Amino acid sequence: MISTVEPWLVLSFSAVIFCIGLVGVLIRRNILVVLMCIELMLNAVNLTFVTFSKLQGDMGGQMSVFFIITVAAAESAVGLGLVIALFRTLRTVDTDEIRLLKE
Amino acid sequence: MIALIPLFPLVGFLINGLWYAAAQAPEGKKAAGSAVPGAIASLSIFASFVVSLVLFLQLKAMPEEGRVIEQALFSWMQVGELSVDLSLRVDVLSSLFTLVITGIGTLIHIYSIGYMSHDATPGKFFAYLNLFCFAMLMLVLGSSLPILFLGWEGVGLCSYLLIGYWYDDEEKAKAGKKAFIVNRVGDLGFLLGMFLIYSTFKTVDFAGLKGAVSAMGAGVPETTFTAIALLLFVGCMGKSAQIPLYVWLPDAMAGPTPVSALIHAATMVTSGIYMVSRLNFIYSASHTAMQVVAIVGALTAFFAATIAFVQRDIKKVLAYSTVSQLGYMFLACGVGAYGAGVFHVITHAFFKALLFLGAGSVIHGMHEEQDIFKMGGLKKHMPKTWFVFFIAWLAICGIPPFSGFFSKDEILWMAFASEHGSPVLWILGAMTAVMTAFYMTRLFRLTFYGEPRFETGRKSHGHAAHSHGHGDKKHDDHGHGGGGGVHESPAVMVVPLQVLAVLSAIGGLMGIPHYSWLEHWLLPVIPHHELNPSINPAAEWVLMGVSVAGAAFGIWIATRTYSNLKQADELKSKWAGVHKLLENKWYVDEVYELLLIRPIQAFSEILWKILDVKIIDQVVLGFGRVSAWTGQQLRVTQTGSTQAYAFVLLVGVVITLGYILYGLA
Repeated sequence: MISTVEPWLVLSFSAVIFCIGLVGVLIRRNILVVLMCIELMLNAVNLTFVTFSKLQGDMGGQMSVFFIITVAAAESAVGLGLVIALFRTLRTVDTDEIRLLKE
Repeated sequence: MIALIPLFPLVGFLINGLWYAAAQAPEGKKAAGSAVPGAIASLSIFASFVVSLVLFLQLKAMPEEGRVIEQALFSWMQVGELSVDLSLRVDVLSSLFTLVITGIGTLIHIYSIGYMSHDATPGKFFAYLNLFCFAMLMLVLGSSLPILFLGWEGVGLCSYLLIGYWYDDEEKAKAGKKAFIVNRVGDLGFLLGMFLIYSTFKTVDFAGLKGAVSAMGAGVPETTFTAIALLLFVGCMGKSAQIPLYVWLPDAMAGPTPVSALIHAATMVTSGIYMVSRLNFIYSASHTAMQVVAIVGALTAFFAATIAFVQRDIKKVLAYSTVSQLGYMFLACGVGAYGAGVFHVITHAFFKALLFLGAGSVIHGMHEEQDIFKMGGLKKHMPKTWFVFFIAWLAICGIPPFSGFFSKDEILWMAFASEHGSPVLWILGAMTAVMTAFYMTRLFRLTFYGEPRFETGRKSHGHAAHSHGHGDKKHDDHGHGGGGGVHESPAVMVVPLQVLAVLSAIGGLMGIPHYSWLEHWLLPVIPHHELNPSINPAAEWVLMGVSVAGAAFGIWIATRTYSNLKQADELKSKWAGVHKLLENKWYVDEVYELLLIRPIQAFSEILWKILDVKIIDQVVLGFGRVSAWTGQQLRVTQTGSTQAYAFVLLVGVVITLGYILYGLA
């Protein structure tokens, strides 16, 4: 017997994860955590995609998920590279310290 | 073929101008002497003289009524219904003018080679001179008013450039500016007249205009003709130095003397007479305009002559004399005797160019001395110059059979006997003739006779050589023979003088009364005009006798007065008030200063200091200040914090989404 999960439960769950990620991006000072929060947001979106895909029987949503996963991988690679470069130059990963664009 | 006439000087200008600009003017480059640029310029103007002569002979061979050669070069502009071709036309009138311009121009160019030999930039000088000839030839050859105007402005520009040629001297630069600005006033009148012609007759071509005037002349009110004629005459007042715009011409003597001879005596200043004669069919249609022209001419002749009485500068005397003679020409035009006006243009060109060049020769020989009271006794030192000056003096005084006599007498007779003439005009003219004889004799005697009033002997030569340190070695060679540093001019200057002397002597023969070749020649352009029938033809001979007697009287008085300078001084102190008034030129410059220049300056100052600096500048600066202030206020948003930016992004997304999801629904 295949257990089924209520769609609203899954959607609420992904909304919660998205908001956690969003708040993390906005308030955490450590740039690594910020990057992880971005991943969290992306995955929440993935979950939503899959849910709707299943509900509507349209495989397009799941297709998008594959793309997002790929892009997310590339993004973390670039992001981490930037973090390393930043750390080498500024000796910090605190976003409050990194304000090169001010004025 | 016609195009060649203005083309040669233009080429000469380009050669000399480019050569000067590229290889002489830049720092470190050496300016060429006067010989090569002078030769180029003289040859180019001489070439156009030859072409003019050929065209003149061609015209002569044609049947009398069809003496016109026209050449259309290209369509210059096409605006609405107005289309102006750049086309040139030689007819009986313009062929005479081209001959005078190129002929006298050639002589003056050659003369300038000698005169400008000590100058620093002869290349520039000859380039300007050629450019002037080009513009002047365009003026007389143009077949329509816009082309005439093109030349009109061109000669004005060259006049400005050449008056202010020695612009290091502020006074000379100012004289150039004055000439240009005063001419601007006149040109405005010219332009308005041209507009009025176009709006009335729908054509600006001379031939078309003549046809239109005769076709619809009766339908056009006389006031329109008066307005056109007077507006154009305002242009003539500027260019040909008539009251009230004559003030620039005496100051224009700041330019080199050949320029005074060519531009400010022989050619440019007569362009007003050319235009009036060219458009004589318009002037003849308005009695009022003719009266104005005649009165302005007569008054100018008279007043300028009074000023010439007391001037000390040899060129200033000649300048006022030129203004006065131009007044004569307009007097002739005003009484309908356009032919007599043109005749006087030609003879005046001969003898006045000769007088100026003779004066230049004197100035050159006296090492830039221009005060006739510091000359005297030059006959001994400069016999050749004396002789040609003698001829010119006889010509301008109106002694028969020299050229001035014929043309002046023709004008005086016409002023009296023409249907537009009156005895008053004749009296003004005749008095001017006496005065002309007087001041020219004064000039002649003070310059060439009596005791020398300059330092003579070795000492003076040393002084002269010293003051002319810029001169070349040649300068030291001459002058040793005679007394002092005064010397006769070189042949390159004297020969043109002699040619002009011959012309001044015999030039009048083309217009012998009743057998006038000139009048006959001009008939296709200038119709024969009627004399007042109530005047006895015998009066002509009486008046002729009177004017010659008047001239002789003027000469006699002046000779008596100025052969004894003490006596002249006594006379001067006796008439001190009048003398002062005349010496200050009737205070006309001062009156203009007070009435026109100061108010305009004050007004400009208001515009500058209040309207411009306080209002316009502040508005423009205000835009900048507002932008800067806004930027300053907005820079606080640029925190540099990535997360703050992300937050703004979030807010933006929420607002956009809210708008899309709820706002649209």
